[in-house]
Amino acid sequence: MKKVNQLFQEDLAVVNVGLETFYTSMRSIKVPTVHVEWKPAAGGDEKLMAILDRLK
Amino acid sequence: MITRNYVRENAYYDSVTLMMISSKISAVEGVQNAAVMMGTDYNKRLMRDSGLLMDEHMDASANAMIIGVIASSEALCEEVLEMVNHELERKSGGSGKDELRAKTISGALRQLPTANFAVISIPGRHAAREVDKALDAGLNVLLFSDNVSIEDEVRLKDKAIDRGLLMMGADCGTAIINGVPLGFANRVRKGRVGIVAASGTGLQEVSVIVHRGGEGVSQAIGTGGRDLKDAVDGRMMRMGLEALMEDPQTEVIVLVSKPPSEVVMKKILETAGRTEKPVIGCFLGGDPKILEGSSVQYAETLEDAALMGLEALGHQVERNAPLDSELVSSIKRRIGENRTYLRGLYSGGTLTYEALWLMQPFLDELRSNLSMKGVLPLEDVEVSVGHTLLDLGDDYFTDGRPHPMIDPRSRVARLEKELDDPETAVVLLDVVIGFASHEDPAGALVPLLERANARGDGPVVIASVCGVEEDPQVLSEQIDKLKGAGVYVMETNAMATRLALAAIGGGE
Repeated sequence: MKKVNQLFQEDLAVVNVGLETFYTSMRSIKVPTVHVEWKPAAGGDEKLMAILDRLK
Repeated sequence: MITRNYVRENAYYDSVTLMMISSKISAVEGVQNAAVMMGTDYNKRLMRDSGLLMDEHMDASANAMIIGVIASSEALCEEVLEMVNHELERKSGGSGKDELRAKTISGALRQLPTANFAVISIPGRHAAREVDKALDAGLNVLLFSDNVSIEDEVRLKDKAIDRGLLMMGADCGTAIINGVPLGFANRVRKGRVGIVAASGTGLQEVSVIVHRGGEGVSQAIGTGGRDLKDAVDGRMMRMGLEALMEDPQTEVIVLVSKPPSEVVMKKILETAGRTEKPVIGCFLGGDPKILEGSSVQYAETLEDAALMGLEALGHQVERNAPLDSELVSSIKRRIGENRTYLRGLYSGGTLTYEALWLMQPFLDELRSNLSMKGVLPLEDVEVSVGHTLLDLGDDYFTDGRPHPMIDPRSRVARLEKELDDPETAVVLLDVVIGFASHEDPAGALVPLLERANARGDGPVVIASVCGVEEDPQVLSEQIDKLKGAGVYVMETNAMATRLALAAIGGGE
């Protein structure tokens, strides 16, 4: 069975990155969800962000 | 009037939160204009051009939150600042004990190791980086963000497909996976109809009609609006289609999109040709000929696509049901003298498109901010001319302002203008409910509609509500509010459009 079709048999558990309204919606219907309080790393400096990514 | 700026460095808030606060503070009496934005170059220019940002603060960083106020007194500026602080505190104070919060995707996975999906809705220029992280962690992705480069979209979709994961987007607003509404979606029951759609409100309209017809949705996969462009080659639509073909819960498949290029269409039809399951294609704005020689059945509208799906499952349905002639006559009698034009004020892009598609054969001069063959452009989208249908969720209207599905205020302002126009005969509206939509969109329109209704000689208002009883806003409550304000409420957008057309004598 393809991986996507396996997903269709599973319970959904969601990582929400960004708008909090989507997190609130998920919680209201009891879908397991974590909200990532995303902020641009390195003050939004693209070059620094790329360097940080490579370090991780 | 005095102008004040308050700049807070290293304070990141998402754009929807800030736009909602901006709307609230600009409505305060004595405030001429006000906004709260993150200090990106684009936002700073926007604020400066509207007089909300003083030159000395142009060096604020992209990570700074900027409040700009133009108000009648110093005290009022301070009051606005307090309001912003209060709103932001209220938001962060909402953290309950059982809430799960993290700073990064990897941190989130430590808290929820069973996670299999990521919904990503951060500013577009940062989005690809987070999608990469999500895919690397084995998560399927719904990418809500727009302004992601097409090169990144292709690369991320290839990466996902390679790993057997979904990558819905960029600019994907809606999906329903395993019965869970993601993004802007409705609480439709699980069932036998599978949908793959390149459009958010198109997916919503099909899924709610299926639900109301007694069936349900197995999976509704969004692809993002650019998926069927040549550069993206229908990658996600083909993957979604193949998945639904193999899915034992799915018995009929509905595809929704604007017509793709010939090359992309051919590939989709080839994929669809490999299944015994009925496949219905709603390629709004496309000629039935595009499906000739294929196994895919042509649906003229979103309504038609949903009804054909129900029909394929053995339901008796009435497609293109004739309008009640009594109703049409009574509406015509209610339209004031010398009123001739139709004005559509939509919040859903594909619902606007469906209405244009149904109207353009019958109206010689139909104008819109969306482009379609047979439809004229508007010189100034702020001014309706003749028969005009507007998608108020389009980029022009949502630049720095919340989308009308989240915050109805911009639509209310335009509605007032159209209701006051002595030439307006019929106003056509969509009311889209469901998860992430405004808590009471009908309620926000009602005061204005009641006033217009009470005048007695004004235009007639026709609407449809896209939603189901199980949605947080409750379908029947939204319909009752509209009907109470004298609105004619039809079951689908296509029916509302046909009634509006008949009311102005089009299509006769």
